[in-house]
Amino acid sequence: MENLSPWVIFFASIFTGNILLVYFLGMCSFLSVSKQVKTSLGLGLAVTFVLTVTSALNYIVFFYVLEPLGLEYLRFIAFIIIIASAVQLLEMVIERFSEVLYINLGIFLPLITVNCAILGVSLFMVIRQYNFIQSVMFGAGSGLGWLLAILAMAGIRQRMNEKKIPPALRGPGIVLIITGIMAMAFIGFSGIVQIQ
Amino acid sequence: MLYKIIIATVSMASISAILSILLVIAERYLANYGECNVTINDDEEFRTQGGATLLSTLNSQKIFLPSACGGRGTCGYCKCKVLEGVGPILPTEEPLLTAEEMKENIRLSCQIKIKQDIKIEIPEELFNINEFRTNVAMIRDLTHDIKLVRFSLIEPNEINFKAGQYVQLQTNPYADVKESVSRAYSMSSPNFEKSHVDLMIRLVPDGICTTWVHEYLQEGDDVRIIGPMGDFYIRESDSEMILVAGGSGMAPMVSLLEDIAHRKIDRKITYFFGALTRKDLFYLDEMAEFEKKIPGFTFVPALSEPEPEDEWDGETGLITKPLEEYLQKIDAIKCQGYLCGSPGMINASINVMKKYQMKMDQIFYDPFG
Repeated sequence: MENLSPWVIFFASIFTGNILLVYFLGMCSFLSVSKQVKTSLGLGLAVTFVLTVTSALNYIVFFYVLEPLGLEYLRFIAFIIIIASAVQLLEMVIERFSEVLYINLGIFLPLITVNCAILGVSLFMVIRQYNFIQSVMFGAGSGLGWLLAILAMAGIRQRMNEKKIPPALRGPGIVLIITGIMAMAFIGFSGIVQIQ
Repeated sequence: MLYKIIIATVSMASISAILSILLVIAERYLANYGECNVTINDDEEFRTQGGATLLSTLNSQKIFLPSACGGRGTCGYCKCKVLEGVGPILPTEEPLLTAEEMKENIRLSCQIKIKQDIKIEIPEELFNINEFRTNVAMIRDLTHDIKLVRFSLIEPNEINFKAGQYVQLQTNPYADVKESVSRAYSMSSPNFEKSHVDLMIRLVPDGICTTWVHEYLQEGDDVRIIGPMGDFYIRESDSEMILVAGGSGMAPMVSLLEDIAHRKIDRKITYFFGALTRKDLFYLDEMAEFEKKIPGFTFVPALSEPEPEDEWDGETGLITKPLEEYLQKIDAIKCQGYLCGSPGMINASINVMKKYQMKMDQIFYDPFG
């Protein structure tokens, strides 16, 4: 993967390899926080921030601490600890500077810790043997991709509020169907570039 | 092998340690708001450690804003005017503030946190609200699910209140509930008996406070209460008073009636009391007593689901039925309404009262629940 430009990875992880619509990672908060555009934007930015920071931190810890010591098998624990701390830090920052966003994100902010998209990106980065710059771009791109997906979903759901939906499909049901259609639409991008 | 285990342990431990140190440092700078000045009504001022909610900070300074829900942001009683030192309106406040209140910087003190110097305005009469140390003097069953609890006041040993007002009962930790919660209950004791407070408490399944009262509270226990609060009290006038209550909503009505009997006020009073079955009715003897003491007083109990063995020959159906039949007969426009009970009952009764032209500003109630 040495030869791929970081920018290619960046755009590819937004469109062709969208972490949410192609790999279906990070669904929990995607389903529950996509009711309003404003909140989704906040959560999306938080996820992007955490993804970028943790992919950099995890890269350093994996390639400079775990690999030299032969401790690759500990990467799950190490990654999760780092992600958890980064989220804690982010939580403090948000509470300090925007209480409105803090309350809107509610329980989903600490839940970013167990958002599988975050761990997924760090693990992909190891499997695909990206270098540092590529990893950070991959993290940032995946975050923006997730943000794009949840923003689109929130926009659709806001308009859907006024529409008649069969009672059985209200809530997560219709959201999953829309997610499926969005995912199919994103296949349209897949011809542009491949990163695996 | 041992070497490998040690390496793994040490490296994981040091990664965790470094992260913890980072977090501690961040918390030092980010979550620490330092000491903040709180200025009340431009004359009183105190310093406090920032970070806590305005309501709890004021409570710790022995200034008690009314709060029926105990800081959960559902009752909207703890509103106060914040002149400066607070961020934009929070999503948790929005449902409880009117557009006008938002314009006037009225905020929910249980939701906003003190993060910098803050200036607030609170009505002078709130300074009368006190915290009482009390002792449970008596617990008596009124029905199968309503208990009358008498709290003797220890410190301060006297309470001055208007009949109909409520107090907040602070629970003691019990069983799995480690935190103290506070809930509002109307006083049923008359306001001329200042040395104790009586509350009627109905068991709510899974209710934190009511379970505590019904299953754990013993005579002789020490309990804290805060009050008096609320603007449910008698408005002086010559017009007829229509009282509507259900279940433990009996409490403030008893206090009102005691006050009226004591002051020998000559007003026409009709009291509609709703219950499910005969076993949910209580205080019938006391009501008969009031009918003797207050010339214009009539008590109308109604059962919504009387059992055959109740041999009930009084009113049946929801309490709104006898209420409506009565309002039809009289000149309802001039009446005052006093309501206490479940939100459903209160809303239904208000609708009936409005239908017969009673004025909203002459209908009084405490929306607990």
